[in-house]
Amino acid sequence: MEVVQLLVSGLANGCVYGLIALGFVLIYKATEQVNFAQGDFMMLGAFVCLGLTNAHYMGLPFWIAAPLAIAIMAVLGYLLDFFVLRHLFGQSQTAVVILTIALGFVIRFIAGAIWSHEPQTLESPLAIGDFNLGGVVLGMADIAVIVVTVLLTYFLYQFFQRTKLGLAMQAASQNQMAAYFMGIPVKRVQGMIWGLSGAVAAVAGILFASKGAIDPNAGLLGIKAFAAAVIGGFGSLPGALMGGLIVGVIEPFASRYFPAGYSQIAPYTLLLLVLVFRPNGLFSQVRIKKV
Amino acid sequence: MRIHFKTSYNHDIRLFPDRWSFLVYAILIVIAVVLPWVLDDFFLGEVTNVLIWAIAGLGLMLLTGQTGQASLGHAAFLALGCYSCIIFMEQGWPFLIAFPAAGILTGVVGTIIAIPAIRLHGIYLAIATIALSILADDIIVLMEPITDGVSGKFAPMITIFGIEIERWTTPDRFYWLVLAVTILCTLGYRNLLRSPLGRAFAAVRDSEVSASAMGVHIARTKAAAFGISCAITGLAGALMGFYAGAFNNETFSIVISITLLMMIVIGGLGSIHGAFFGAVVVAFLPQFLSMTKDFVGGGSVAIPGLETGVFGMILILFILFEPMGIYGRWMKIRIWFELFPFARKDMFKRQKSYLKTERLR
Repeated sequence: MEVVQLLVSGLANGCVYGLIALGFVLIYKATEQVNFAQGDFMMLGAFVCLGLTNAHYMGLPFWIAAPLAIAIMAVLGYLLDFFVLRHLFGQSQTAVVILTIALGFVIRFIAGAIWSHEPQTLESPLAIGDFNLGGVVLGMADIAVIVVTVLLTYFLYQFFQRTKLGLAMQAASQNQMAAYFMGIPVKRVQGMIWGLSGAVAAVAGILFASKGAIDPNAGLLGIKAFAAAVIGGFGSLPGALMGGLIVGVIEPFASRYFPAGYSQIAPYTLLLLVLVFRPNGLFSQVRIKKV
Repeated sequence: MRIHFKTSYNHDIRLFPDRWSFLVYAILIVIAVVLPWVLDDFFLGEVTNVLIWAIAGLGLMLLTGQTGQASLGHAAFLALGCYSCIIFMEQGWPFLIAFPAAGILTGVVGTIIAIPAIRLHGIYLAIATIALSILADDIIVLMEPITDGVSGKFAPMITIFGIEIERWTTPDRFYWLVLAVTILCTLGYRNLLRSPLGRAFAAVRDSEVSASAMGVHIARTKAAAFGISCAITGLAGALMGFYAGAFNNETFSIVISITLLMMIVIGGLGSIHGAFFGAVVVAFLPQFLSMTKDFVGGGSVAIPGLETGVFGMILILFILFEPMGIYGRWMKIRIWFELFPFARKDMFKRQKSYLKTERLR
């Protein structure tokens, strides 16, 4: 029973990592850029929703505030691409990495200035309490996280495989020049993907905030999500979810069965092992350039 | 405007292109040496800090600026250099042996870590090194019998030929020690760049495919870059330990890694000057901010995250408007004056490049 309990709580945590990792992968899939600020996006989305919902701030009903927060984050993502990232067009990946890390610092500072550095909880209807299913305690928020994550991954996967816009996004990343010639508005498509990943980050943030308290440093969770995305193989949406679940499940088991101190290094050790033996992730999509 | 008329290959790789530039650097060194008699102890300490950051910056610059491998884990090597140097000295080794030994040990460990890491590209390398930086923190705690874990260690007194050097009691001697290491590292770096290995670094940075077509062994070159870079960083780490006086597992956090990378980007990637310019920004920004806050009247209220927030903002502005960093701007201004009135606006325009994925689906 203990194993099942650990597994379930690990799955719920893993889904949050998976959701943040989805945001990374979306942007990577469509623009080959890596958004190191995705964790901070998640934190910002959570705080926007919190600011709209909590009685202490705006006091809107949750079911109005949540879509509103998602929409705000989508617009923010688009604007960020429009004003900042579009100007990096054609610069190296490293420049984007450094820029987004800096962006994360700035977002953390701004969030701290607006909503203070105290941990706060979202007054969410999802946090209504726990179920007891034959000895396994399950939070309502945990179930919501798992359901939403699986649905979102499925729809995003279908979106990339089936819709015209999704295919345009893939084309824009595979060869920008050729995509231009085929009449794809590459810049606008990239703006849209940033908006989409902002929305996904907001969903992750709202779910994360329903599970527990958040503070501006919650964005550092992004590093773990990053490990998840890499383990799954960057560029694969189901892979991102899989990686998130692996990291999420490993954590509670490591802290239960390993001596103290060794448990928190388990996800990163796994990450390094994956990188050593499968340098491009478990669901690899990369081939070596040949001349 | 000076014209360098080169008549042999040796002219092209001389350390100083002409007497004038030699003179400039000689004057700079003389000023640096007499500085302790001019400045008071507080500012001397700040200048020492700049120099230590600059050495660390040189280390990372070699890897990121010259070889094109972004590392977000160099704080781990700072920590390794620092801990190994202090532990060697606690074993009774003299500083003059312990200090280079710490550098060599860090370099060797860096090379060993590089062997799996060189198979990784771009972001994968960045992520692997982030993981390294996070792991370093935990490993220091786990190795408590050697490292004293969370409670940390204290830097002992440095003794060189009977002369005692300590950061607080003899800041001038400590400054000269750091200055000497800085000059040695800079000269070594400069000389490395004109050697075949240095040229191989640049070739790997610009295009791995064409470098291997020219007969450069990519893996070996990258491993060498990692090793040398880590060795220099290890030396900087040891000096940082002596500068701080006391340190523990949190001293060399991932924030230091990120700051280091941002520092060389602000300074200007791929140039020695850049490491120094960046170090000036990093070392003086906290002081500048607190002075500004006093001036505005914010009082002594600490605003958490302000420093990193402002730093991030500066960095974003630099990447957007001056990707070549402070050194790039300096070069542009200098060339404008040198060529006056023939400088053209588009002289520094970058070639447009379009992206192609390496993924299959």
